[in-house]
Amino acid sequence: MTDRVIQRRRGSHVVAHLVLGLGSLVMAFPFVWQLVMSLSTNAEVQSVTPVFWPSELHWENYAQVFDRMPFLQQLGNSVLVTVLRTLAQILFCTLAGYAFARMRFRGRGLLLGLVLSILMVPSQVYLLSQYQIIQSLGLLDSVGGLVLPGLFSAFGTFLMRTAFLSMPNELEEAARLDGANPFQIFWKIMLPLARPTVAVLAITTVLWSWNELLWPLVVTTYSERMPLSAGLATLIGDRTTDYPVVMAASLLAMAPVLVMFVLLQRRVIDGLASSGLK
Amino acid sequence: MTTSQKAPPAPALTRPAGRGRPAPGRGPRPEHTLWPWLFVAPLVAGIAVFYLWPIVQTAGYSFTETGPFGGSTFAGVDNYVALFQDPELYLSLGNTLLYTVIVLLGIPIAVGLASLLNLPGLRFAAVYRVLFFLPYVAMPTAVAMVWRVIFNGDFGILNRALAVVGIEGPYWISTPGAATVAVAVVGLWSSLGFSMIVLAAGLKSIPPELYEAAELDGATRWRQFRAITVPLLTPSIFFVLIITVIASFQVFDLLYAILGSSNPVLPRSMSLVYFFYREGFVANDKGYAAAIAMVIFLLIGLLTALQFRLQRRWVHSD
Repeated sequence: MTDRVIQRRRGSHVVAHLVLGLGSLVMAFPFVWQLVMSLSTNAEVQSVTPVFWPSELHWENYAQVFDRMPFLQQLGNSVLVTVLRTLAQILFCTLAGYAFARMRFRGRGLLLGLVLSILMVPSQVYLLSQYQIIQSLGLLDSVGGLVLPGLFSAFGTFLMRTAFLSMPNELEEAARLDGANPFQIFWKIMLPLARPTVAVLAITTVLWSWNELLWPLVVTTYSERMPLSAGLATLIGDRTTDYPVVMAASLLAMAPVLVMFVLLQRRVIDGLASSGLK
Repeated sequence: MTTSQKAPPAPALTRPAGRGRPAPGRGPRPEHTLWPWLFVAPLVAGIAVFYLWPIVQTAGYSFTETGPFGGSTFAGVDNYVALFQDPELYLSLGNTLLYTVIVLLGIPIAVGLASLLNLPGLRFAAVYRVLFFLPYVAMPTAVAMVWRVIFNGDFGILNRALAVVGIEGPYWISTPGAATVAVAVVGLWSSLGFSMIVLAAGLKSIPPELYEAAELDGATRWRQFRAITVPLLTPSIFFVLIITVIASFQVFDLLYAILGSSNPVLPRSMSLVYFFYREGFVANDKGYAAAIAMVIFLLIGLLTALQFRLQRRWVHSD
């Protein structure tokens, strides 16, 4: 590479850092602003002359979150719902994905087509009936009602089938000759090989389950039965909004997922980008 | 196990053979014929009960009228006739389209950002990736809380910043139109990182020799961007476009959480999915809501089909 080319590259890096740096500031600003407000007084948040930094840090706003809303119950609901859905999706989708990819049976094409057809249908189309099913089972305002339809995923099945399709036949053959049954082959040999895709499935399910709003809004009425997403959305209805406490609650509600994201950043980013869905 | 002695089933023979290698999986050995069913049964049962049947049922509901106590009677296409004469359908469709168009403005921005991010040897690229991606993984209802305050007409920082340059900002979240724009800005902010990462991955697959050859021919960076980067990136751009349109057409969370369910401007600023939610779960008009859901389904299907049709004109393939 000539010196001139290297210099041109360096020159363009300055522009890149300027643009990406400013962009990053814009992207991160709402989070920083939320943190600042969560440590301010309500008067400072609403003051007509801007207060960019509170006169003193009001950490007690975070303690107040637990008085103003049933935060711990909602956190518990969010955790329970997310864990149950993630475990169930991993189990059901890997089993079905494996069978659809690597076993032959009558009606496979038809069943697979039916399952995958769900991917083309927006969720509003099944929401009304899902609600009725949950209602008739007496599961409104319960963890069971919150998790039930989300235990099964057409997207997850598609994802796992794709992963199993790309695996070599030899290991399965060898295990079969050794007398392993299909479940042993799946569990001991093929599933461990699919671990990276299982991680993608787990990440997408955790994110979706933690963040979604419409379903919890529909099947829960009492705030102590809601997960955090619905709890926050219904918190702002009242007139006397205590902004710092709301900001503190929002940050606490996002924190688990954001921490997971920062710890697993590469995995999360590449997984979500390759799967193309939230 | 009465079928266990039969020859391998026919569907196995009718599989498309275009994969270039034998389809994985061997024919079921007689003693194993129940295994595949055990594997798929839990998922297929769940999908059938909670997804497939509800789709059929919703389609059915859209042809019924819901009585005041929840009972249904067959009503033919009455719901659809009423819906297509309902100004609220066109209002919510208009808001949804405005939202979608604004969020789509993020795609050209993401193309530019992705090509900067992919410059060879760029330092802090991982930091930029994380910061741009952060809004995409953050809970919409939680980030909505801070955006509500940023957009606040009296003390929001946005209007104060606009005042510095002499612009008097509107009461964003209580003015129809402005409210949709405000929600769409947040939608753009939260999806930008996703588009950028997908496009950056697409850029990686462009062979570097093309740029070297262009460099030797004396092409400027801008010319290289126009003649190499953009055309070869069109498949990724198309993918991002499809995903963004489908997601934007179903906007609900941000709208609901930024505007707030008791906001008097919501009936003027609602999206199609909010309209569906209100009819189905607030007004409890199941039949009408089902018709709205079917119309949303149809619109998304048509838009997606249209994009696939148009892609032949602009998406590069070789």
